[in-house]
Order: sequence, then structure tokens, then C-alpha cells
Amino acid sequence: MPRFRLIAALVVALLMPLAVMAQSLDAVVADSIDQIEKPSRRTVGPLVDRIAATGPQGLALLQAWADRKLVLTDAGDLLIVDGDDAVDALTGDRMAAPDDRPLRPNSGVRGVIESALVASQLTDPDPARRAMALDTLARSGNADQLPPLRAALDDPDPVLAARKARLEKLMTIQHGTDPAARIAAIEAMAGDVALDFRAVLNPLLATRLVADTDAPQGNVARELRVGDDLPRADALAALVDKGALQPFMTSDEQRAALAANIVDGRVAGTPVADLGDPDIRDATYDALEASGAVPPAATESEAREALEAHRFFQLYAEPDSDVTDAARAAQVSAEVRLGAMKGVDLGLDALSLASIYFLAAIGLAVTFGVMRVINMAHGEFIMLGAYTAYTVQTLIADRTLSLVVALPLAFAVTFAAGVILYRLVIRHLAHRPLETLLATFGVSIALQQLAKNIFGTQARPLTAPAWLEGSITINDVISISSIRVAIFVLALLFLGLFLFIMKRTRLGLEVRAVTQNPGMAASMGINPDRIAMMTFGLGSGIAGIAGVAIGLFAQVTSELGQGYIVQSFMTVVVGGVGNIWGTLAGAALIGGLSKIIESLNPANTLAAQTFMILFIIIFIQFRPRGIIPQKGRAAEA
Amino acid sequence: MSALLEVSGVSVSFDGFRAINDLSFNIGECELRAVIGPNGAGKTTFMDIVTGKTRPDKGQVLWGETSKSLLKMTESQIARAGVGRKFQRPTVFEDQTVEDNLIMALKANRNPFAVLAWRPAPVTGARVTELAAEVGLSDHIHRQAGQLSHGQKQWLEIGMLLAQEPRLLLVDEPAAGMTLAERELTTALLVRLAQTRAVVVVEHDMDFVRRLNCKVTVLHQGSVLAEGSLDHVTRNPDVIEVYLGR
Amino acid sequence: MTRTPFILRNRSVLPVLAVLTAFTIAVTLLSHAYGSGVIPTSMVKVLGKTLCLALAAVAMDLVWGYLGILSLGQMAFFAFGGYMIGQWLMYARTEDIVAASLAQNPIPPTPLELQQATANQIFGVVGSADLPTTWAFAHSLPLQLMLVVAAPGLLALVFGWLAFRSRVNGVYLSILTQAMTLALALWLFQNDSGFRGNNGLSGLQNLPGLEGVGQAKVSVWFLWASAAALGLCYVLAAWIVSGKFGSVIRAIRDDETRVRFLGYPVEGFKLLVFTLAAMITAIAGALYYPQAGIINPAELMPIASIYLAVWVAIGGRGRLYGAIIGAVVVSLLSSWFTGGRAPDIALPGYVIKWVDWWQVALGLSFVLVTLFAPKGIAGIFDLMPARKDKA
Repeated sequence: MPRFRLIAALVVALLMPLAVMAQSLDAVVADSIDQIEKPSRRTVGPLVDRIAATGPQGLALLQAWADRKLVLTDAGDLLIVDGDDAVDALTGDRMAAPDDRPLRPNSGVRGVIESALVASQLTDPDPARRAMALDTLARSGNADQLPPLRAALDDPDPVLAARKARLEKLMTIQHGTDPAARIAAIEAMAGDVALDFRAVLNPLLATRLVADTDAPQGNVARELRVGDDLPRADALAALVDKGALQPFMTSDEQRAALAANIVDGRVAGTPVADLGDPDIRDATYDALEASGAVPPAATESEAREALEAHRFFQLYAEPDSDVTDAARAAQVSAEVRLGAMKGVDLGLDALSLASIYFLAAIGLAVTFGVMRVINMAHGEFIMLGAYTAYTVQTLIADRTLSLVVALPLAFAVTFAAGVILYRLVIRHLAHRPLETLLATFGVSIALQQLAKNIFGTQARPLTAPAWLEGSITINDVISISSIRVAIFVLALLFLGLFLFIMKRTRLGLEVRAVTQNPGMAASMGINPDRIAMMTFGLGSGIAGIAGVAIGLFAQVTSELGQGYIVQSFMTVVVGGVGNIWGTLAGAALIGGLSKIIESLNPANTLAAQTFMILFIIIFIQFRPRGIIPQKGRAAEA
Repeated sequence: MSALLEVSGVSVSFDGFRAINDLSFNIGECELRAVIGPNGAGKTTFMDIVTGKTRPDKGQVLWGETSKSLLKMTESQIARAGVGRKFQRPTVFEDQTVEDNLIMALKANRNPFAVLAWRPAPVTGARVTELAAEVGLSDHIHRQAGQLSHGQKQWLEIGMLLAQEPRLLLVDEPAAGMTLAERELTTALLVRLAQTRAVVVVEHDMDFVRRLNCKVTVLHQGSVLAEGSLDHVTRNPDVIEVYLGR
Repeated sequence: MTRTPFILRNRSVLPVLAVLTAFTIAVTLLSHAYGSGVIPTSMVKVLGKTLCLALAAVAMDLVWGYLGILSLGQMAFFAFGGYMIGQWLMYARTEDIVAASLAQNPIPPTPLELQQATANQIFGVVGSADLPTTWAFAHSLPLQLMLVVAAPGLLALVFGWLAFRSRVNGVYLSILTQAMTLALALWLFQNDSGFRGNNGLSGLQNLPGLEGVGQAKVSVWFLWASAAALGLCYVLAAWIVSGKFGSVIRAIRDDETRVRFLGYPVEGFKLLVFTLAAMITAIAGALYYPQAGIINPAELMPIASIYLAVWVAIGGRGRLYGAIIGAVVVSLLSSWFTGGRAPDIALPGYVIKWVDWWQVALGLSFVLVTLFAPKGIAGIFDLMPARKDKA
């Protein structure tokens, strides 16, 4: 009989999922109420499984048990309490809140319960609950949950199945006990650049510095050489930590110790007034040390001896060297791929920055090409565009509609401003580029102050429509905000429009003629004054559009244009004038380079800008006329 | 005859257009030479190369007894070496007096510090008066150059060139915008100048060239088409074809 | 050929020196420290600073009005000079304070302790306790005084050499000079630039070792120093522009290519004038900032240099006294209008507050001057019959 019962028990155990299905929660609880009251980590497993198998009510009971919200009343009822509310754990009926204290299973038991909960959730018919369980595991999985996860790898939903497989590998690497399985998991995931994989690898490869007289026990990452790859101060600190060296004394401590031993204006026979000399001070301290009045402190020679006697090692926390080797290899390959992806991300960033510079600079480049004048108020036209969009937004609530209205309106407003500036100021200063520069600067400070007087000094928000918010994310590394994509598209559009105007219209033909040879153009009946006015308006109008674009991701202030104007000048200077491709090349170079320099030292954008400008000054040495210089005799002027 | 300036095998192109094509040209000391050619023949570019304004793609420009290459020198170094140039459009410094213009052009140390320490030597005034007299501006010596007539500016510029005491004088269309009387004066001056130095005159005006009565070099499409006396080159069928025959 | 001495040839030198002397004596006699006290010490400082700005304007005129380079980075040299003298002022004074506090200790400090405590006091604000290498000479007044002219001069020399060598000119060059000052400003804004980041250097009005003298006297001394510097540099500048050298640089301004064909090494002339002007500007800055008391990187932003150009243009460029007039008139008017002391203009329905509208008025008046009075305020002197001939 005992034999038969053993076999039966085995059968029951194997068929447990089926067998316990039949059991009701009432029966299970009635069966094992003692064990519920006083569970033991070692034996509670089967009970938890049985309760879990009874269905949602059982799972709720388990959750309450683990959360220490399950109360066993004197009457023998199991209640789930939540603050002042209580329900019967078996029936779900509302009950009066009990006076008794909840059951307090120890952490071992709670671990078992939570694993069971996760295991049951992982096989829950509802995919949403399965996904939730996976989220929980990914966030705070532990070694106990690895077996249930492995048991639940099959999933009808392919997405969830993939997630489970991935999580299983990650958890194996973290919590697995079999080195071969861990290495296999690491190798299977090598090349993955997701944050979670990298986060799993990092603790495996974490090291600590160990000073020892001989090669230490454990998984040695490498030996360090003092002075070459280990700063001397760090080595000394490690020796002090180990107790192989007395701590060094700071000059404050030394001074305090000396001050404590002043006797009649002398310390160990040395007059106090002489202690301003560091050598005398050290000698005095040594004398005190010899007399035992002060604790000994490390001296330079002791430090040297200790350094000679020790070797320094980096030790992995992970004891298995095969695992760390595999992890190191996986990390290297992840870093390589990560580098490539960061490059792509950087490229996207640079592209959007270049688009902005392009939009901001194109007007400058055109007016410079045609009239040889630099419009210092160009930045203020950018600002004017941004404020136009802001004003439109206060009048039209619908963000999309207001943007659609704002773009052409900003163009019109700044076009008009450009034409007015041309008629009133610039045409009267023909062939005096430096005077034009200064006169337009006067306009610039007047416009800036005017904007302050009208709109106030605080920043005005220009909100993008909902569909432009958020970003396009390709993976953990590569993402680009939708606004920047939109600005890129806008820049492309204006490049297209500009090329169309220049190559396909009468205006463009005349502009090109005036740019190349003003005298000849005038003698052929082209009115250079009108052409100059139109180009000036066009350039200003595009500045207005750039203002709207910039306003969408930066705050609109009266200094908005100032922030971009120098970069725009740089774009024109670097790109060369009189050719839109030059401006494009200049914008790409400036945008790309700023991003690259910034990525080399992300903490210090100020230094990045400094280096950028220095680069441009050097660049001008080699290509004084820009990347794409203007051709023909006009260039000689 | 030893050449003062020796240009050999020089080519230069702008954006694919060959302005000068394997040009060779020699001029000796104290020689007067006229360079003629249709528009775009490369006359101005030729002068640009000699004066260092344009760097040729290939070829050599050698100067003086030591055959020093001019190609490695800056414009100002070439000018100091003794090459003077008169532009087509008179370029004098209009904000300054005739005297200032002439003093600036006088042969002297051009180093900035030397210029800063410059004091008029006893002969300076006499030299300026002499030069002003030579170009007919004695009465205008304290006037602003900008107030002079077009012709007077031309003369002032010539005066400045003389002050420089160049060994080679490159003159670009000196007769442009001059009255007949002025032209005759100019011709006489150029001929006289060529007695003490080499003079290259670039000119369109055939009558003017004829009056110079010197060797003529005809440029066409960046290279020398013919060389010799005016009568000789005007009989050359190639020259008639490209220059005169139209 | 006889030449009159240049002081007589250049008609503006003697009047300018006379006015400057009279002004200095008048201010001294009206000051608190040495006279009736009609002019408060703060006003003495404003006047002293204005003289420094006038000096910077004279240098600007040399570069722009005579040489034709519209340098939009001139104030970089001004601030650079200020930083150089500020290093010594701040270090020496902090060292005095630190030494006094360390003297409370029973044990006298070692030189290293003194230096470290001083460094900590100066650089604690930017989270550093070490003296950067840029402060290696900060302990020595003679060395820092030398650096006041040497460092900005070297910057101008290197920058100018690069820019002129590549034949960058006109507005390109203006933009490049603007980029230079912006680069310098951005560099100084960093905390680890070695110049205390955006905190700048402060407490510069206190002369180390002269705490007992009082600001009333010190400010008059600085006024004298500023006036002396302005007078000397004016004479120097006038001498430079009056001779053949002046002829050549004006010729470079008008037609650089032609000057080259005359055989003059144009780049050398530009470099000499640019560097000299940078040095003069740096001296002006070194006198200005001890009177202002504080210097920070915002002083280097391009806008300051453009204002300098504006002053010269309004005053009348191409004549040195014009630069002085422009700097004095515009900077004093600006501080009067933006200081809130100017009476507001009440219109029906709107009150024009000068604090808000001065910038607009300045900007527009600048456009008007450029358009209608290219000779600036100094152009008025041309209308006076006695001065009809060249100034």
C-alpha cells in the first residue's frame, strides 16, 4: 500500500495542473488551514500551487497573503483586508473589518508565493496579464522566478513568446546557476544594444581594486601598474584601505596636531614662528612623533615600501572567468554596434541642426550674393517670424490651423519688413557694405527693444500641434523628435522652392544675372534695384519661416534671433556666397561639426561652440571664399 | 639680348576656361613693346600673372639678371623688385593730396616700421616738385586727388609710377579717355621712358600703337599669335583673320 | 622740404589735450576727495570709465576709420586687458584677506597653504580648489601689467596674421572678428576656463594694500590715470595717422590692391595697426574694470564691440576726436536714459518710458546718422569756417 500511495502521489504531482483543477478553493483551504497559518518555506510550495490552480479567487488570496493583508479570524474565516474594508477570501462577500492582525509569512514564503503568482500570470489566458507579468519580471525578477518563466516559455502570442524567450535569457545571465547556460545566453544575445541587455552585462563586468602581495584568489580582470594605468593616489588609498599603510596626514591635521603641542611658544623645541616653513614643520612633527606625543603618520618612504611590496589587481565580482570573458566579448560587440547607431543618431541630430541653419542662413546668403551686404537685422527677422506665429496662436486655438496660417503669414510679414528695410535704408547705402552692416545693426537693436516693449521680456511658448509632438524612435539609441523631422522637411521644401525660383522663373534669371555681373545686367534692361528689393524680401521671408520653425522647439524671446545669427553668418562664410548649394554645404558642415564636437564632450557645450568657431577661423585660411566659391569676374571684386 | 622678363610656357584657366595657353614672352632692358589683341585674348590676365595677382597653373616667370622666379613672390614683393603697373581705370587715392600720393609712391623702404619712422629727406620735396612738373601737376600739388579731372588722374598715376622708379612698366590702355593732345603727350612720355627702362603697353588703339613705333606682340586666345613690327604683324594673315579682318 | 612738427600739423591734438586737462582739473576740484564735493564719487567713477571708453573708441577709429577694418571684436581686447589686471587685483587682495584669517591660527601658514587657501577662496565658487595655470603670474603686479598689453597683443597678432594672410576683408573680416570675440566669451563662460566662469572677477575696485585710502581718492586717481592714458594714446594715434604711415593706411582703406602694387606689404601694415589698437584697447580695459569693480564674460559678447563701432560712427570716424566725442556723448546719454533718471514723456494714452524706448531711439538714430550724416557729430566742425582745411 505505501508503495501504491507513493506512485499515486507521483502521478498526482505530475498531473497536478489537471488534478488540482478539480479542487475548489474551499477544499484546499479547509485542507491546509494550519499550513496557511504557520507556513514553512520548504513545504509551502505544493500548497501555493494548489491554491493558485483554483482560479482568480485563489490568486487574490495568494496576493493578499504575500502582501500581509490576509487575516485568519478566531472563527476560522480567511479575510482579505484593505484598510477598513474586508472581504471573505473564499466567497468574495463583504465582511466587517476584523480586529485580528494579518498573517505575516516570512520573506522566504513570500518569495515562493510571488513566484507562483508570476508563474500563474505568465500562463494566464489574458495576454494583457501575461504582458504585465513580464513587465514585473523585467523590472524586479529574481532567481526564484526563473523556473516558472522557463516553464511558461510557450505562448500563443508570438510577440509575447519572443519577449519571454528574451527575458529568459536575460534572467539566465543574471540569476542562472549553470555557467554553460549563462554563457550560451550571453552569446545568443551578443550584438544586442538594448539597454536591458547592457544593464545585465554591467554588473557582471564590475570590478574592484585589490592590493595584494601576490596574485589574489578570484576572477582577476587584470593587473594594474602604478603610474601607468593606476594613479599613485588611488594605489595608496587602496593600501590604506587594506591597512598596509598608515593614512597620510593632511596639512590641516598636521597643523592641528602641532598646535596642540605648543609649549611656551615652541613645539618640540622649534619656535612657532619658524613653522611657516614646510620642511621645518615636517621635522618638528617627526620629533613629536618620536617622543610619542602625536600618532605616527605615513611618510613618503613608508608609502614607497608599501607600493613596492604590493601588486594591484582588478577583480571581477563574478567568480566564473568563462562567464566574464563571454560578457566582455558581448559588451565589446554591443559597444561597436552602439557606436555605429550613435553615429546614425548623431547624423540625424546634425541633419536637423543643419536644416535650421540652412533656413536661417539662406536669406543672408542670397542678399550677400546679390548686394554684397550683410543684414545684421536678419536675426530680428527670424524673431519677427516667431512672434508672428505666437500672435496667430493666441488668435486661433486650433494648433494645426494656426500653424498653417502662421507659416505664410510669417513669410508675408518678414517679406514686407525686408522690403521696407531695403527701401528705407539699404538702397541708400549701395556699395558701402560696412555702413550697411552698421545701419542694419541699428535696426536690429531697435527691433529687439520694440519686441521687448510689445511682448514683454519673458519667453512666450509656441506650442506645436499634437501630431508634431513626441518623437520617432527606432531603438533605444536612435530617436528623433517629430518637430525636427518637420523642420527638415520644411528646409527641403524651401530648397526646392528656392531652386525653382532661381532656375525656372524670370525673377531667378534676373537675380542670377545681377549676382554675376550687375553692370551687364543693368545694361540689358534688368532693374537691379527691383531685383535687389525682391531678393531682400525673399531672404527676409525665409528668415520668418525659420523663425516659426525655431519657435516650435525653442521659447520665443526677443533674443531668439541673436542665438542663431552668428551661426548663420558662419554658414554663409563657410559655404560661400551666391550659390544655394554652398549655403547647404555650409549648413551641413556647421551643423554636423557642432554635433560632433558636442558629442565628444557632451558636458561642455560652451567649449564645443568655442572650438567650432576656432575651426571656422582656421577653415577660412584654406578656403577664404567658402566651400563653393562664387565664380566669374564678380568674385574678383 | 639679355631678357629682363622671361615668361615661358605659362598657362592658366578659370573654371575650365583657358585664359592663357602656353604663353611665352620676353622683354629686354630699355625696350618698348606694345601688346595687342582682341577682347578676351588674355592681355589683362598676362599682366595679372606678371604682377602676381594671378598664379598660373604651370609655366615660369623669370626676372632680372639672376633669373629670379616671380611666381613665389607676393604682389608687393614683385612691385618692390621693380615691376610697376598702371591700371586701365586711373586709381589714385582720392582722399589724399597729389603730394601725399607722390610721396607714397616714391622709392623708399616699404617696411611698416620704416614707414612709421619716415622723415622727409632734403631731396624729397625737390623730387616731388620735379615729378609733379613732369606730369603737369605743379599747380595742383596740394589739391585732393579726387578733385582732379580724369586726365589729370591718369597723369598723376603715371607720376606715381615714375616715383616708384620701376625697371619694367606695365601700362594698361593708357590712351583710354584721353584727348588727342593728351595722347600725343602720353606717347612721347612712353617713348622717353623706354630709354631708361622696359615698357609694355597694352592697347586697343592702332593709331596709338603705330605712333609708339615699336615691336608688337599679338595675343590671341591666350597665346602669342605673331610678333614683330606693326607693319609685319598687320600683314600676317592669321592676325588679319582674328583681329583686323572682322 | 620743411615739415612743421606734427603737433601743429594735426590741429586736433592741442585742443583735445587742453580740453582733457581742463576736464581732469575741474573734476578733481569738484570731487569729494580733493575739492568741493559737488561731484559724488560714483559720478567720478562714471567719468573715469567714460574716458576709458573714449580711449577704446580712439583705437577703434584707428582700425576702422583709418585702416578700414570694421573690427567687431574690439571689446574682446578691452575685456582681455581687464581680466589681466583683474587677476592681480583679485589674487593680491584675496591673499591679504586669507593671510589675515590664517594668522588667527597658532601655527603660521606655509606658502603652499597660503596659496591653496587663496585659490580655494577664489575658485570655490566654480567648484575648484586649485589655482589654474592661467593664474601662474597672478601674484606679481609687474608681470600682470606686462600681460595687459602682451596677451591681447598676441591674440591680435595671431588672429590678424591668420585673417590678413588669407586676404579676408570687408564684411567677411567683420564677421570673423565677431566670431573671435564670441568664441572667447563662450570659452570664458565655462567654469573650468580658469577665469571663474560667468562669475567673472569681482571686488576689483579695492586696491590691495590701499584699503585705508578710501574709494573717494582711489576713483580720482583712476580718473587721472585714465585721462593720462587717453592723452598719451591720443598723441600716439595722431602721430601714427599724420605721417606717411597714415597716408599708407588710409590708402589701404581706400584701395588695398593698388597699395600692394605700389610695393607696400599691406598685411604687415594691417597687422601693426590692428595689434597696436588691440594693445591700446587693452590698456583702456585695464583702467576701466578696476573702476567698474567687476568683469565677467558678458562684457565680451559681440554686442559690446558693435556698440563701440556705433559710438565711433556717431562721433565721426576717420578723425580721432570724433571717436572721443561719440564715445563720451553716446555712453553718457545711454547711461542717463537707461538709468531711469530721464523724464518720461506722457502722451495721451501712452507714457513713453525712456528705460524701454532708449534702445529703439538709439537704434533708429544710428540708422539716421549712417544715412544722413556719415561724418557723424564731428562733421559739425567742418561747417566752422576756421576749420575748413583738413583736420
